[in-house]
Amino acid sequence: MPRAVLRSTQIVLLLGMVMAFAGPAAAADPPALDAASAPRLRAIMALPTERSGANSGAVVAAGTTLFVVTPYPQRVKAIALDRPGFPTRWSYTPPSTPEATALAANMVTTPAVADGRLLFVTGNGHAIALDAQSGTVLWDTIQADVSQGEMLAGPPLVVDGRVILGSQGDDFGVRGAMLALDAASGRRLWRYTNVGPDADVGIGGGFRSVALPNAEPDRGLVTWPAGAWQQGGGGLSAGVVYDTQHELLIHGTGHPAPWQPDVRQGDNLWTSGLFARDVATGQARWFDPLNPHDLYALGAGGSLLQAELDWHGTRRTLLLHASANGYVYVIDPADGRILDAHAFVPVTATTGIDPETGTPQRNPAMDVSTNSTTRGICPGWPGATGGGVPGAGSAAFLPRTGLLYIPASLLCMDFEPRQANYLPGTPYTGANLRTTGTPPRGALIAWDVAVARPAWRVEEAFPLRGGVLATEGGLVFYGTLDGWFKAADAGDGRVLWQFQTGAGIVSQPVAFTLPDGRAAVAVLSGAGGLANPDIDRRDATAAHGAANGLRDLQPPTDPIGRLYVFALP
Amino acid sequence: MIERCVLFAVLSLTACKREMRDLRSDPPEAAALDQVRPMENRIGGAAPRIMYALGQPYEGNAYQLNQGKRLYDWFGCKGCHAQGGGVIGPALMDGWWRYGSDPVSIYLSLRDGRPNGMPAFGQRMTTDQMWQLTGYIRSLGSYRPSTAAPSRNDEMQARPAENRGPAAAALIARPSR
Repeated sequence: MPRAVLRSTQIVLLLGMVMAFAGPAAAADPPALDAASAPRLRAIMALPTERSGANSGAVVAAGTTLFVVTPYPQRVKAIALDRPGFPTRWSYTPPSTPEATALAANMVTTPAVADGRLLFVTGNGHAIALDAQSGTVLWDTIQADVSQGEMLAGPPLVVDGRVILGSQGDDFGVRGAMLALDAASGRRLWRYTNVGPDADVGIGGGFRSVALPNAEPDRGLVTWPAGAWQQGGGGLSAGVVYDTQHELLIHGTGHPAPWQPDVRQGDNLWTSGLFARDVATGQARWFDPLNPHDLYALGAGGSLLQAELDWHGTRRTLLLHASANGYVYVIDPADGRILDAHAFVPVTATTGIDPETGTPQRNPAMDVSTNSTTRGICPGWPGATGGGVPGAGSAAFLPRTGLLYIPASLLCMDFEPRQANYLPGTPYTGANLRTTGTPPRGALIAWDVAVARPAWRVEEAFPLRGGVLATEGGLVFYGTLDGWFKAADAGDGRVLWQFQTGAGIVSQPVAFTLPDGRAAVAVLSGAGGLANPDIDRRDATAAHGAANGLRDLQPPTDPIGRLYVFALP
Repeated sequence: MIERCVLFAVLSLTACKREMRDLRSDPPEAAALDQVRPMENRIGGAAPRIMYALGQPYEGNAYQLNQGKRLYDWFGCKGCHAQGGGVIGPALMDGWWRYGSDPVSIYLSLRDGRPNGMPAFGQRMTTDQMWQLTGYIRSLGSYRPSTAAPSRNDEMQARPAENRGPAAAALIARPSR
């Protein structure tokens, strides 16, 4: 059978899958959400999630049901959108263990729906599939060792009956991994770490790297001091996208462990870069080292998405990666070639991207060394975009405008590496950091991909930590840390509508159509982090240094998260 | 001149009280120091009797508290608690203690861990070290200024010093919980 035919069959299958779980009533993007209708949006639901941590997931609308997974300890609710008062169709509380509470504080809880199954991960390392109709458990497997500080990171991605998951424990010295489960049974199909010998990482004959052309073996070992790779970090970062054309999973890898860079001399492969893996086997196909020897522990965080756009006169499907290091990368998904990279926020840590190697050119003034504080490093932790965990703070691309809408942080930081000692199951960081900045410390940046500069930006007092939703009708939705949920005109950035949710927003807004045909947008409020009453913000390094840079961010009167749904009349 | 010398000699003998530094407990002493008798809920309880015989060195001895501060850095406490303000673990300097503020409670937290993610360090530190760290953590969240607690950092100074009674200086609104 010719390969092209095979591919198109699979695409049809995929489309069928999408339609199967989206159902007839929930179109992915209701066209009615446009500039004219935005002021008429009204809240129709404010349902407490009963959790005060970071409510950083997205809800999923499928058919006549809205699925929400709360922060840890997780609780899954299926809300009936077709009944008055939106009653709960069913709910499920997976077994939880208190040990995972601290670790799971910032996890993203977005579920996935495919083939009648609801798939999600929990803070104590379980991957669970429920029957979407009834809420009965189909399978429940443990895929991360919480006792070592490893957690399942980011939302599951379903591709051809496989559930793709990633693990992360960068701050605990855990080697992050990518894995695939059989969606029907939960059986593990493959698992590869992002750090270690070639056999562990899945590097074989099919691996090519544009930036690292010489093919010496085990570069995941030799770019570390002896043995340091065993606590190397490099968990899933910046989410996973599936490239249907090349049948590749493309994902970011997190920062090397520990933060303290002097004890991990070398390029620290394969951390802080982008991997492409074969979806069937998990074998690595290419790698882009975005931040070799990542000095600032930002990893390849941020957002990763695919977009079809005109690139130098040709219509192409390309990867757009707004990275934690402050640069927007345009990447060819076939081989990982970096076509373009420009800073979208003020950056002091680096002075640009080397066109030859694709790696950043260091600013020597912003070098860091043990027991000395380097001041004014921009971007500051957790990076120029993204919330430090995969799936948080995703940008959105609108083909109609050619703009990439990036939720940005303009914070900088002071960074002081300290001694770091590895003890299994305890943090392996070894650095003092405090963020710095004055308003505006955040912005919604509309990045014109074709000309590589911002078309406009909406400045915000606080950094944006949640995701951006761009609708076909031309509205851009985003939330702020001080609780505003806003809709801006996708063309010029005018804020057309806003709503005060009462707690900070770090989640991903979602658009869908209600069963009665009305267009709706859902978002979770509740920011956790600095809003957590357990944080004493007199310590400038508290909450990863947010206590300093965001010291004027008022804690909400009620830190409990809420699911808001807004609809047009 | 001789009078001056005599005066100086007398003063130097009487005026300086040198703080005792018990660098390492004898093994039987260390074993006795581990004999805490906790309450059933593992919060509070009786300190080992030898603690009083030793003069409670982990409460008011500057050397022991400073050692505790070094251990706080070396054992990765900052990864979860920052310099006392908290990250994914709770703040230690705000005077709020989930599992009790007395030495026995904090010693138990270190030795055996606590339910919401606090790891056990009983197999990773000596008894001496755990008591030194207990003393330091108590000074971090103390309501009373102390002359024995550390006054400055060798690193980024990010918060009110331990010797100022950081919990008493908490001017922020108390959390409701």
